[in-house]
Amino acid sequence: MPRDAPALSAAGAAARTRHILPRDAGWYGLLLPAFLLMTVLYVAPILQVLAISVTEPVPGFGNYERLFTNAGVQRVIGTTLRICLITTAVALLLGYVLSYVITLATPRAQRWWLLAVLVPLWISVLVRAFAWVTLLRRQGLVNEGLQAVGLIEEPLRLVWNEFGIVIGMVHYMVPYAVLPMLAAMREIDPRLLAAARGLGASRFAVFSRVFLPLSAPGLVAAGVLVFIFSLGFYITPAILGGGKTLMAAEWIKLQILDLVRWGMGAMLATVLVVTILVTLAIFSRVVDLRRVFGGGH
Amino acid sequence: MSAAAGHALELRGLSKRYGGFTAVDAVSLRVERGQFLTLLGPSGSGKTTILMAIAGFVAPSEGAVLLDRRDITALPPERRDFGMVFQGYALFPHMTVAENVAFPLRVRGMPRAERDAKVRAALDLVQLSRFADRRPSQLSGGQQQRVALARALVFDPALLLLDEPLSALDKKLRAELQEELKALHRRVGRTFVNVTHDQEEALSLSDRVAILNYGRLVQIGAPEVLYEQPRTRFVADFLGKSNFLHGTVREVRPDGMALQAGATRLVQAVEGAHPAPGTPALLSLRPEKIVLLAEDEGAENEVDGTIAAWAYLGAGYSLAVRTRDLGEIRVALPAWRAPITPREGLPVRLGWAADAAVPVLEDADAA
Repeated sequence: MPRDAPALSAAGAAARTRHILPRDAGWYGLLLPAFLLMTVLYVAPILQVLAISVTEPVPGFGNYERLFTNAGVQRVIGTTLRICLITTAVALLLGYVLSYVITLATPRAQRWWLLAVLVPLWISVLVRAFAWVTLLRRQGLVNEGLQAVGLIEEPLRLVWNEFGIVIGMVHYMVPYAVLPMLAAMREIDPRLLAAARGLGASRFAVFSRVFLPLSAPGLVAAGVLVFIFSLGFYITPAILGGGKTLMAAEWIKLQILDLVRWGMGAMLATVLVVTILVTLAIFSRVVDLRRVFGGGH
Repeated sequence: MSAAAGHALELRGLSKRYGGFTAVDAVSLRVERGQFLTLLGPSGSGKTTILMAIAGFVAPSEGAVLLDRRDITALPPERRDFGMVFQGYALFPHMTVAENVAFPLRVRGMPRAERDAKVRAALDLVQLSRFADRRPSQLSGGQQQRVALARALVFDPALLLLDEPLSALDKKLRAELQEELKALHRRVGRTFVNVTHDQEEALSLSDRVAILNYGRLVQIGAPEVLYEQPRTRFVADFLGKSNFLHGTVREVRPDGMALQAGATRLVQAVEGAHPAPGTPALLSLRPEKIVLLAEDEGAENEVDGTIAAWAYLGAGYSLAVRTRDLGEIRVALPAWRAPITPREGLPVRLGWAADAAVPVLEDADAA
C-alpha cells in the first residue's frame, strides 16, 4: 500500500512506457509467477472469505443483518471509524508540518530529515507498540516525569484506551503521511511562492492561497492512504488498547480464532475490504484533479 | 492605469556578498520616472541579484535602494508594491488566467466589483480577455508571458520589474513580444526595470542600458551612446561585434591623433581626454563601418589584406580579412550590389573614416 504513493506520479510515465515495450507474449510470461502468486495465494482466499460470509453458519445474508441489529458489531465499527479518522487527522497535521519544513530545508538538511522520517519504518511495529506501553503506562517515563515536575499528582491514563491506540497509530502513520505530501510539495515551483510575495501577498496569504492549494492533491492522497491503512490495524490496537478497546481487525480475529464464528468474522472482513475499495475508487477520481490543477504537465 | 505614474528608483552603493564571493560590487544608478532601464550582462554579472535586491528578495550587504528618495532597503517584497514578471512567468497553475491577474488585488483586499473591472482592463491591455477562464497550462508561451505582464501591472505598481521576460520564447516570437513590450511601456507610462543577457533585446527595448560585468556597473547610457561610444573593451565586445586595433600614439592634435601599428599609420578622431604621445592605444572598430575600397577610391584609413574566411548571412557577407599589422579584421559587407564576390585569398583594400572607430579602455584599466 505505501508503494502507491510514488506510483501516483509514476503512473503517467508507466502508461507511456507500456507502448515502448515489444508486444511480445514472452515478456508477459515473466509476469506469470507473480500473477499466479497473487491470484492463488491472495485473491482466491479473499474470495473464499467473501463466500464464507454468506454461507456460514447458514446460507444467506444473515451475517450482514447483524450490521444493523447487533450493537456489538456497530460499536466496533464506530470505534474503528472514530480512531481511524482521529489518527488520519492527527497524522496529516503532523505530516503536513513535517513535509513543509522538509520542502523548505536545504538539500543537505532534507536528507537528514528524510532519514529521520523513514527510520521508524524499519523498526518492527511490535517493538514500537511495546515501547509506547513502557513510555505511557502508569509507572512509565511520561507519567513519572510529569509527576516529578509536579504537573500532575495522579498518573494519567495514557495507555490501554483509545488515547494510547491513537498515539501508537499516529506514530506509525506519520511517515506514510509525509511521503505523498512531500512528493506533492516538491513539485511546487519555489518561484511561485516568491512571485506571490512579490505581488503583495503576506507570508500567510502565500501559504493559504498558493502553497496549500498546490499541495492539496498530496494532502488528499496522504489522507486516503493513512485512512485505509488505519482501518486494518491489528497489532498496535491490540497491544496499546489492552483488550478493552476493540477495533475491526482484532474483533475479526476474536470471532474467528476465539469464538469460531467464521461467518461473522468473514462478514466484517468483507465490509472492510469493500470500504477500502470504495475509498480507493473515490481517491482515484480525486487524484485526477492533479491534471485539472495543471500539476501534470 | 494613468499615464506617467511611474516612480524614480535609485541604487546607492549597492553591494551583495555571499561569503567571500562578491555578486554585486558598489553599484549606483538612477532610473527616472517612466523610464525603461535594462540591466545587461553575461551570466554571473550580478544583474539578477540587483533586480532581486530592488524587488526585496535579496538583502544587500551594503548600500541602499531608494524609491522617490525614500529608503526602502528594509521593506519586505510584499510591501514594496512592485510588479514583477518572473523568469518562466511563475503563473499559478491552480488558478485561471483571470484569477492569476486578480491575485494581487485579492491579497490587497480589494472589493469584488472593483477587482473584476481592473482584471478586465488589464486583460484587455494585453489582448487576452478571451482567455480569462483558461488555465495557464492551456496557453502558449507568448500568451503566458502576457498574463504575467497583466498580473504585474493590474495593481498599478510603483515599478515594473522584468526578469529575463522573453528568454523562454523562440526567436521570432521574442521579436514580436519585444515590440509589444515596448508599446506597452509607452501606453502605461510606468518605470520598467528589465534584466537580460540578450543585447539585441536591451538595445531595442530600453531608454537606458546599464552594462554589468563581474558585479560592477561598467557603463550606463542610452543604447545609441553605448553602441557608438563604448567606454571599455568589454562594452564594445558585449554590445554587437567589434574589431580591436592596437597601436601606439605618435602624434596628438586638438581634433584627433595618429597611431602607429607596425608599418601602418592610422588617424583617429578623439573627443574628451587626449592620450599622451608614446602611450599604447586601443580602438574599437565596428565591422559595418569598414568599406571595401575600389581602385580609385580613398579613405582616411586604408589597410591592405586578403580574405581569410567568409560567410554569407543573407543580408550581407561576414568577411575575415587578414592584415599584416592589425591582425584579422572582421568586415560586414552588404550583400546587395556587393563590389566583390568573396573568395578565400582574394586581396582587398579596407577603408574607414577617422571617426569610425572609438578609443576604448582595456578592462583592467577601467576597473
